[in-house]
Amino acid sequence: MASDAIRLGVDIGGTFTDVVLEAQGATYSTKVLTTYAAPENAIINGMHQVCAQACITPDQIGQIIHGTTLATNALIERRGAKTALITTKGFRDVIEMRTESRFEQYDLNLVLPEPLLPRQMRFVVDERINAKGEVMIDLDRGEVTALVDQIAAAGFESVAVGLIHSYLNPAHERMIRDVLADRMPGAMVSLSSDVSPQMREYERFNTVVANAYIKPLMKSYLGRLAGQLRAQGVQCDIFLMHSGGGIIALESAAEFPVRLVESGPAGGAVFAANIAARYGLGKVLSFDMGGTTAKICLIKDQTPKTSRVFEVARTYRFKKGSGMPISIPVIDMVEIGAGGGSLAQVDGMRQIRVGPESAGSEPGPACYGRGGARPAVTDADLILGKLDPDNFAGGSIPLDRDRSQSALQRHLGDPLEMDAVAAAFGLAEVVDENMANAARVHAVENGEDLSDYTMIAFGGAAPLHAGRLCEKLGIRRLLVPPGAGVGSAIGFLRAPFSFEANRSLYMTLSDFAPDIITDVLSALQSEATGFVRTCDAQAEIQAEFKVYMRYAGQGWEIPVPLTQSQAMSPNAAVFCTRFEEEYTKLFGRPVAGMDIEITVWSVNATTRPDPVARVSQTSAGEAAATTGTRPIFDPIAGHYHDANIVLRAGTKAGGYVQGPAAITEDETTIIVPASRIAVCQPDGCIDIVTKGAE
Amino acid sequence: MTKGAGNVAFQVMWNRLISVVEEQAQALVRTAFSTSVREAGDLSAGVYDTHGRMLAQAVTGTPGHVNAMADAVAHFIRRIGRENIAQGDVYITNDPWEGTGHLHDITMVTPSFHKDALVGFFACTAHVVDIGGRGFGADAQSVYEEGLYIPIMHFARAGVVDETLVRLIRGNVREPDQVVGDVYALASCNEIGHRRLQDMMVEFGLDDLEDIAGFILEHSRRATIDRIAALPRETASGRMTIDGFDSPITLKVKVTVGEDRIITDFAGTSGVDKKGINCPFVYAKAYACYALKCAIAPEIPNNAASLAPFEVTAPENTIVNALHPAPVALRHIIGHFVPDAVYDAFDKIVPGVVPAEGAGCLCNFQVSLRPVADAGGKRAEVLTFNSGGSGARPRFDGLNATAFPSGVMTMPVEATEHAGPVIIWRKELRPDSGGAGQTRGGLGQFMEVSARDGYEFDMQAMLDRVDHPARGRRDGAAGAPTTIARDDGVAMRGKGKQFVPHGHRVMMAFPGGGGYGDPAARDPAAVKRDLARGYISAETAARDYGLSADEIAAVLAAIAKGEDL
Repeated sequence: MASDAIRLGVDIGGTFTDVVLEAQGATYSTKVLTTYAAPENAIINGMHQVCAQACITPDQIGQIIHGTTLATNALIERRGAKTALITTKGFRDVIEMRTESRFEQYDLNLVLPEPLLPRQMRFVVDERINAKGEVMIDLDRGEVTALVDQIAAAGFESVAVGLIHSYLNPAHERMIRDVLADRMPGAMVSLSSDVSPQMREYERFNTVVANAYIKPLMKSYLGRLAGQLRAQGVQCDIFLMHSGGGIIALESAAEFPVRLVESGPAGGAVFAANIAARYGLGKVLSFDMGGTTAKICLIKDQTPKTSRVFEVARTYRFKKGSGMPISIPVIDMVEIGAGGGSLAQVDGMRQIRVGPESAGSEPGPACYGRGGARPAVTDADLILGKLDPDNFAGGSIPLDRDRSQSALQRHLGDPLEMDAVAAAFGLAEVVDENMANAARVHAVENGEDLSDYTMIAFGGAAPLHAGRLCEKLGIRRLLVPPGAGVGSAIGFLRAPFSFEANRSLYMTLSDFAPDIITDVLSALQSEATGFVRTCDAQAEIQAEFKVYMRYAGQGWEIPVPLTQSQAMSPNAAVFCTRFEEEYTKLFGRPVAGMDIEITVWSVNATTRPDPVARVSQTSAGEAAATTGTRPIFDPIAGHYHDANIVLRAGTKAGGYVQGPAAITEDETTIIVPASRIAVCQPDGCIDIVTKGAE
Repeated sequence: MTKGAGNVAFQVMWNRLISVVEEQAQALVRTAFSTSVREAGDLSAGVYDTHGRMLAQAVTGTPGHVNAMADAVAHFIRRIGRENIAQGDVYITNDPWEGTGHLHDITMVTPSFHKDALVGFFACTAHVVDIGGRGFGADAQSVYEEGLYIPIMHFARAGVVDETLVRLIRGNVREPDQVVGDVYALASCNEIGHRRLQDMMVEFGLDDLEDIAGFILEHSRRATIDRIAALPRETASGRMTIDGFDSPITLKVKVTVGEDRIITDFAGTSGVDKKGINCPFVYAKAYACYALKCAIAPEIPNNAASLAPFEVTAPENTIVNALHPAPVALRHIIGHFVPDAVYDAFDKIVPGVVPAEGAGCLCNFQVSLRPVADAGGKRAEVLTFNSGGSGARPRFDGLNATAFPSGVMTMPVEATEHAGPVIIWRKELRPDSGGAGQTRGGLGQFMEVSARDGYEFDMQAMLDRVDHPARGRRDGAAGAPTTIARDDGVAMRGKGKQFVPHGHRVMMAFPGGGGYGDPAARDPAAVKRDLARGYISAETAARDYGLSADEIAAVLAAIAKGEDL
């Protein structure tokens, strides 16, 4: 990736399509409304806008990187293709039976989410492979042929194949693929042993079904997009951001579209990781808060934490278990229903509850004056003085304090015998506490202590809440980068080409087999490298090795990164030591006398990201010019303080302001709590630290 | 300070405590060895004040543990002696009567000190894979045969683990590494809870939990009593008969709504059984509370005050109040049926809220595998958790193959087959098993199991509803009963250890839930959808729901064209 090339990043979100152009060291960006019927139209429109800003033509663009929620939305809205599943006889209902449990224990009227494919679209073949990968029942080609003819006659466009233990032995899945290619040449085919060769049939089958379900849609969209861009004069290659935080070729994305799920938020994490690198920060918590949800991600050593499975399309208050599991390499983040539009109410215990229900943009919070009657987080922010009613979204949406006041009074204040200010304070504290709790639980699940972390905040609502969140989490430093409103699209431009290949294969250290290990890892490395090579024929590709290990008998494996030599010259003692180190980091102490088991093998092939220029950080120099003061509620003191108002635009490196203060810009306002001081860094980041620690 | 702002801090702390215990539970899930904990979520975690009153409990967990553990800490305080409680201590028990109902559940309690003063306790409980004795099953005549008994005692004293106890445990269980690993996991999850509580107390400048405890308990008590006060002040009786081990068991329930409490009484319930399906009172009470809480006050968090208004009584030596030394290993079977029995009564007081009867107890079985003579290989124990269908609800169909009232998950077949030389040949929905009704009962499931080549096994079955299927409500039909037999047609029993020779499979069909309301009133579109999906056969569609031959033919034609209905 030559850094002198002109590059375009495009993020299609639920409401806006963000377009960012980098040319000759300058950045141009725009937000246009997402055009659902033909999402490529918003991209074309946005591209012309930024090209005009930069005074270039589309043919000068050297690279386009695209991320989108379309794959996620197709799963949430069930807008996929007519898809069939072929599975092992006896296991037709795996994706419907889920975990056989209720994700909410006390709701007698609980309704479970429907599987992506209803039962009549799931078909079985008589075959069986055991847990050692041995064939117990041979698959009969004649039976497959008859079934495929039946599926073809029913007019299915896409076929998923998921057989028991196929991650150990894909032969039967491949035979079915061959018959499909022969008898149903127009159909798109997805094999579970290709899409997600990992143990646990529910996750694997669901993943291959999801891939098959969105494949026709995504393939067609990506084809149209490429065609339209060509028609507009674009000549460069187009790449896609994937869920794991890297980029892949358009053709690979069309083959494995399930890997595009949550690519937008992944771009946000890459954006934060890049800031972390510019500031040399080893431990960062990224905090992305928009209108409906907040996303929190741990970034250690400038690398976002990744995971092998996550849940998409949660149907019940973002509750764990209410969505569908997708097992693909993904940037690991928590998402909770907390955004500027999240609505508040009083529950049966006379407690304030906030979200996940959101007022969205229509009708929006009460203060928008578009018919919203219930108080939202934005209403509380307005009453607490964090937002300027005349300067919201650059003044384009005037905010009505009276409406916020009366909504807060009626829905929270009256039932709880509070005034509207206390209600606003309570609402804001509850939503901040919800986000802080999500961050804490996420940290403990990863064995991390947040007190030595730095927070990087972006997204429209994050700068209003990040300061308080830091106080709650004991985090001493907060960075609010410029361009926070289009952070994900900027993140796309910072991502390396990468592809992670995973496979389940069980091996205990007592049966350690170095030959098998080098075979498996070599195969994974060449698979992953192959994907990256299609993106860039020359670049140096590095391989990152990781195995998932546990004590034999445990159910949760933990990731254990290995160096190239540890991986390729495998030694049982070294594996044991590395596992115990990682286990101790997470859980405090190793367990003596237990056999250790490796369950999943993983190789991530990646190009080297462009070297990052370190910011020469400055300390507080001159006080930034203030444009006045306004009263802002101090949650610790419990009353209003007069806070300084500073315009971000005019503030130079070293310019500082003492909290309480508000730093305003068109897209958002940064609240500096009374406990903190904010300093403008040379790259435009606002650096907010505990007073006395600067 | 602005008016009313003081309560905001309390609410934040309450939320924080719930988050603290959730962290505690997650730590347990991630470090436990026993499949039932790590894959199935058979655990509980909570925080208590110095009086042993539960203040908050993790959402993760299953109701029998959750509500039973609420009472446990008070027993620990009494047995250890308040004056003997020291920093660094960890206590342990698996007493069925003072813990959570059988020897397989180990409960551990850790006192939490802040600034050298006792401020509260953390407790957690988990089902371990083995506890010695006859193994997990109903065959014991008394609790003495069911395995190692650990009275309430120190596991660690001032930070030093009692190695004698660890050796005793090791020496008495079939899977010593896993069981001892789980004991350590329980201890360390309490430790995580304790550390988070310290952080919170520092942040809010607390020296003790008295004020926040008062706030939580008072708000919870008031909210719960408000709900009870809104109910008709009536009394109603209900009953349900189930298979039992050798002879049927009847659960009799009388529910009385009072001004500020609901009293559930089990007088008239069958006596103690000779086999290990008896239920210590604490466990039956837990499920009675759970059932009513779901119906009346589902969103009020669990704590001492929100549970207190649900009073439960049962005569001693009934099967829901079995006294020491009755065998109790499979107490979950009776416990899981308690909600259906309670609902039979409650439905007469408040109609239109509770579901029809469902599969009730989990459809569990354990296989003990061993190599046939002269073949190499190791013995293995494999326990699986499975579910039948839940009862139809007044407005919704029952849930297919989903646990109720238990909160546990099933294990992936691929994971089970890695745990031992067992093959699960079939695990899928059982058509026509949901009781017909305006809303249909949830479907049960089929399972077929055998040993891998070279192994034979004992099947320890824990199945009910063979002779007593789930009854429908308000003219809804019963769900299909449980069946179990060998593949060569040899009959098998729903409960007990049964030998399965090399080369044979066990064929099981788990029960469906009962239907709700007259099947004739069911929306024809729902009937057609059920037929298209194969939840019901064409015969059932015609017989129970009156679908015409033409309508059935149209549905079948649509399926052939791959259409969804």
